[in-house]
Amino acid sequence: MDILSGLLNGFAVALAPANLLWCFVGVFLGTVVGVLPGLGPPATIAMLLPLTFSMNPAGAIIMLAGIYYGAKYGGSTTSILMNVPGESASVVTCIDGYQMARKGRAGAALGIAAIASFVAGTVGVLGLMLVAPPLAKFALSFSSPEYFALMSLGLALVVLLAGRSIVKALLAALFGLWIASIGTDLFSTNSRFTFGRMELLSGIDFIVVAIGVFALGEVLGNMEAREETQLLEVPKGLRNLLPTWQDLKDCRFAFANGSVIGFLVGTLPGGGSTIASFLSYGLEKAVSRRRDQFGTGVIEGVAAPEGANNSETGGALVPLLTLGIPGSGTTAILLAALVLWGFKPGPLFIPEHPDLFWGLVASMYIGNVMLLVLNLPLVPLFAQVLRMPVYLLYPLILGVSLVGVYSASGSLFDLGLLMVFGLLGYLMRKLDYPAAPLILGLALGSGMERALRQSLMMSQGELSILVSRPISAVMLSLAVVILLIPLFGKLNAWRLRALES
Amino acid sequence: MEDGTRKSGDLWSGIALAALGVYIIVQAWQWEYSSPEGPGPGFFPLWYGIGMLALAALLVVSHLRGAAVYGKPADWKRIARALSAWLALAVSVALFKILGFVASFALLTYFIVAVMYRRPVRTAAISAFATAAGFYLVFELALGMSLPSGMLGF
Repeated sequence: MDILSGLLNGFAVALAPANLLWCFVGVFLGTVVGVLPGLGPPATIAMLLPLTFSMNPAGAIIMLAGIYYGAKYGGSTTSILMNVPGESASVVTCIDGYQMARKGRAGAALGIAAIASFVAGTVGVLGLMLVAPPLAKFALSFSSPEYFALMSLGLALVVLLAGRSIVKALLAALFGLWIASIGTDLFSTNSRFTFGRMELLSGIDFIVVAIGVFALGEVLGNMEAREETQLLEVPKGLRNLLPTWQDLKDCRFAFANGSVIGFLVGTLPGGGSTIASFLSYGLEKAVSRRRDQFGTGVIEGVAAPEGANNSETGGALVPLLTLGIPGSGTTAILLAALVLWGFKPGPLFIPEHPDLFWGLVASMYIGNVMLLVLNLPLVPLFAQVLRMPVYLLYPLILGVSLVGVYSASGSLFDLGLLMVFGLLGYLMRKLDYPAAPLILGLALGSGMERALRQSLMMSQGELSILVSRPISAVMLSLAVVILLIPLFGKLNAWRLRALES
Repeated sequence: MEDGTRKSGDLWSGIALAALGVYIIVQAWQWEYSSPEGPGPGFFPLWYGIGMLALAALLVVSHLRGAAVYGKPADWKRIARALSAWLALAVSVALFKILGFVASFALLTYFIVAVMYRRPVRTAAISAFATAAGFYLVFELALGMSLPSGMLGF
């Protein structure tokens, strides 16, 4: 009953004309971003975050979430038409989607991608709506030791799944913790790592690091090459974009598989939509009667991963909103956004801000319908975005990044820092250091330190408090086991195979 | 040769991170580790500094022992292109105080279009003017956001 009344209240919020408009702006921008290779949702959300400071928080979170799940719809377009994933979660869609397009079935591939995204995206929101409130209630019993353990577990999972080298992923996470420590220590008012600069006393703005590492790092990486990829012809007319009844029948299991796997993987910190799409593709192939044809243009090979990467969004919002633990770079930026608007994601978020939570849930139902409408008949229009020359696109992204950082602080010093983090983001890509652990370390750093120090204050310095409470003991033990996985040959070989694929 | 380049990247990044780890430990050592009220400001940095030093040392040692290297080999031509784009961006930011955002950004766009993508001068000039004017119109005039202004007043 609580859920039903919450949802009705949420629809009242989401259907307010202004919020409806922001929802449309978000999903539209998300689709464009998804279509454009080389510009992902974390970079876009980071760039647009400063512009939301003057907005109503409900409208702002509805728009940013719209970009997040909208990008996943758009990501399939380039995978199918160019064999270039619009974002990392669409990598696996290239395998069968591009082959379908080469055989003249681009329309059916684009259509089934949109339909699978809609079905699984809606199931993901349903999961979020049903799982988040009871989980938040359970998490109300958490105290500082449990929070420290939970954040350690989240960081350990991200480290495990973020990069091929666990040492590099851990180093990136520790680097993020270090950046989070820069500034004034709120317990003692000591200044730490400020290099004598007044500008650093209040710490380094999360936006500067996120835009630098994601947006600038990504653009610099893309600017390495001068060549542009060829686009296959986009079918015109709605009829040519609709899959046949046989196609839909063939994809029945793929819809269910993508929906369930995507949501479950999404709820795990570090899971992410790329892993969800690979897992559901693997499962689809394993159970299919025509598994030997996978890779040659099988429609289920498009439906399963596209469904999974959309359902994952609902799952990823569960730990973010109920525990305050982001599981990926994008959700870390959403966490920072909520904090910057004055909210504290965690067990009290839903009871204290029901309008915001249920408004977001309801907007995701509406956004998924908008995306289905946008992505079926209007795919040819979005594909035109790909004809925009990169020599114009990259300066535009750089300009929006500069304006975004400057508008947040009005400080040229921050623009200097942006240059530093942009170079760092590029070097991390080149040297194979994953960016997600750094951003997560930064997002969780001050919370982790606070939780640890509060725990030790509660126990008068006894570290045993972290392992004497059952929930924190279990979570810390899991974190240790996860970090020890690379030492076990077979498990590490499985991890590396999953990452290599 | 190229594989060696990638490996040396691991070595140098490992050394740099080890140095950062040492710096963090030295700094944290100077702050209070623990007080009657609980852990001090040096407590948390000391531990992650030690972790960073240990992991960076592990990276360096694995490099020296010839451990497997993942990822594509380095292509210096491509890296030089990306670094020149970064340098151009950094120079344009440094020029904000003198030329302001609009003029500096126009110069940056001109450089990217004409030099990096080798488009005709006319295309580059039109692109530079149009994007800089677009930013001024959208952000400064329409959205009322202030862009860095230079000696020319815009």
